[in-house]
Amino acid sequence: MSDQALLRIEDLHKAYHTHEILKGISLDVQEKEVVVIIGPSGTGKSTMLRCINLLTRPDQGHIWLEEIEITAPHVNIDKIRQRIGMVFQDFNLFNHLTALQNVTIGMAKVLKMSAKEAHEKGMWELERVGLVDRADHYPAQLSGGQKQRVAIARALGMNPHVMLFDEPTSALDPELIGEVLTVMQKLAEEGMTMLVVSHEMGFAREVSDRIVFMENGVIVEQGPPKQLFYQPKFERTREFLWKISELYGKDEEESSE
Amino acid sequence: MQDLAFLFSYLLQGLGVTIGVTIIALSFGFVLGIGMALLRVYGNKLASTLAAIYSTVIRALPVVLVIFILYFGISRIVDLSPFLSGAFALGFASTAYQSEIFRGAILSVPQGQMIAARALGMSRWKSIRYIILPQAIRIAIPAWSNEAAIVLKDSSLVYVIGVPEMLRRAEYVSARTLEPFIAFGVAALIYFILTFTTNRGLDYLERRYKLQM
Repeated sequence: MSDQALLRIEDLHKAYHTHEILKGISLDVQEKEVVVIIGPSGTGKSTMLRCINLLTRPDQGHIWLEEIEITAPHVNIDKIRQRIGMVFQDFNLFNHLTALQNVTIGMAKVLKMSAKEAHEKGMWELERVGLVDRADHYPAQLSGGQKQRVAIARALGMNPHVMLFDEPTSALDPELIGEVLTVMQKLAEEGMTMLVVSHEMGFAREVSDRIVFMENGVIVEQGPPKQLFYQPKFERTREFLWKISELYGKDEEESSE
Repeated sequence: MQDLAFLFSYLLQGLGVTIGVTIIALSFGFVLGIGMALLRVYGNKLASTLAAIYSTVIRALPVVLVIFILYFGISRIVDLSPFLSGAFALGFASTAYQSEIFRGAILSVPQGQMIAARALGMSRWKSIRYIILPQAIRIAIPAWSNEAAIVLKDSSLVYVIGVPEMLRRAEYVSARTLEPFIAFGVAALIYFILTFTTNRGLDYLERRYKLQM
C-alpha cells in the first residue's frame, strides 16, 4: 500500500539537545486523504509537520513526497516546499502586503508568473476562501479568521500537492473558528490531501479519513474516526479523545452511542 | 538689506556642496549599512564578526578623524577630490550607524515572517529581499530620519579639508564683514530649514508606510 502513498514518513527521529521530541514516527498519507493528528501538547505533532517541509531537519529517518525522497542530501528544498502548502497557528501573513499581495507574491517571485496571471489566480484563490472583498486590506485590518483564510489562499496559490495545517484554529476566537473549518472542509471535499494538527474534534470526526493519536513522540494509535472514538485499542486513546471532545466540541457528547 | 541678500546668495552657493555631501554620504551608508546589517544577522561567523568590528571601531572615532584619515591617508593612493573624500568619509561613518539601525530593524521583524516565506518556497535571499527588508526598512524610518539629520549637520565638517560648503562660506563672510552673528545666524537658519524639511519628509514616509501589526 505504501507504494502509492503521496507522503511517506519512515522512522522519523528528532531531538532538541538531549530532549527527544520524535522517537520514530512512521506514517503514510494517501492521495486525497485527510489525516488529523491529535495528542497532548509537546508530543511532537508540530515538529513532525515542520519536518515534512524541512523547516526542521530530522535527525534520522526518511520522508518521501511522491517519488522524491526529500530527506536525501542535495535535494532542492525550495522546489520541495513549493509542493507543500503550510498553514500556521499564528497565520504569519506578510504584514507589509495586502491580502491579495500575500497570495500573489509566491506566484510572482517563486513560480515566476506574470503580474496579470498572478493577479487573476490570486483573486481566484481569494474567491475560494470567500475574501475577494478584502483583497486590498492589510493583515492588520482583517479579523483572525480572515487572516487564516488568506493564509490558506496564499498556500493554495502555489498549487500544492499536500497541505499541512499546524493548529490552524488555535489562535482564533471561538466564533471565528467555524469560517476557517468551513474552508478546510471545502478543500477536503475538493480532494486536497491534508495533514492537520488540530483538536477540533467535530472536524476530525466529520471530515477526516483517519485520526492519528500521538503521545510522547510516538504514534499510539491510528484509524478511522469511528474506530478511534468507539473501539480504540488503548484506553488512553479513548480517554484523550473524549476529554478533548468535551473541551472543544460541545455537542459531541450527546451524539455519542 | 542688500548685504543680507548677498550673504544669502553667497551662502546658498555652498548649499549644493552641503546637499551633495549629505546625499552621497547617506546613500553610501544606506547601501553598505543594509549590507553590513544583513551580514550581521544572516552572515556566517566571520562575516558577522568583521561587520561588528567595523561598526564598533568607526563609531568610536570622531567623524572628523575619519575625514582626515580618508583625505590624508587614502587620497594619496587614490586620486580623490576633497569633496569626494569628505563625502565618502561621512559615508563610511554613516555606514556604521546605519548598520546598527538596520540590524535592529531586521531583528524586530517577527520570526514567523521568514518561516512563512521559506515555507512558500522562497530561497533565503528572496525571503530577505521581498519579505524581511521591506518591513525592516519601514521599521527603520524613525531612527534613519535621525541619522539623516546628523549626517546633514556633519556635512559641515568637510570644511576641515577645505571644501567650501556653507559653514566655510559663513566663516569667510564673518571674517570680511566682521559681523559673525549675522553670517553664522543666516547659516544656522539655512541648516534649520534643511533639517526641518528633511525630517518632515521622512515623517510623511513613516506615516505613509507605517506597518500595522
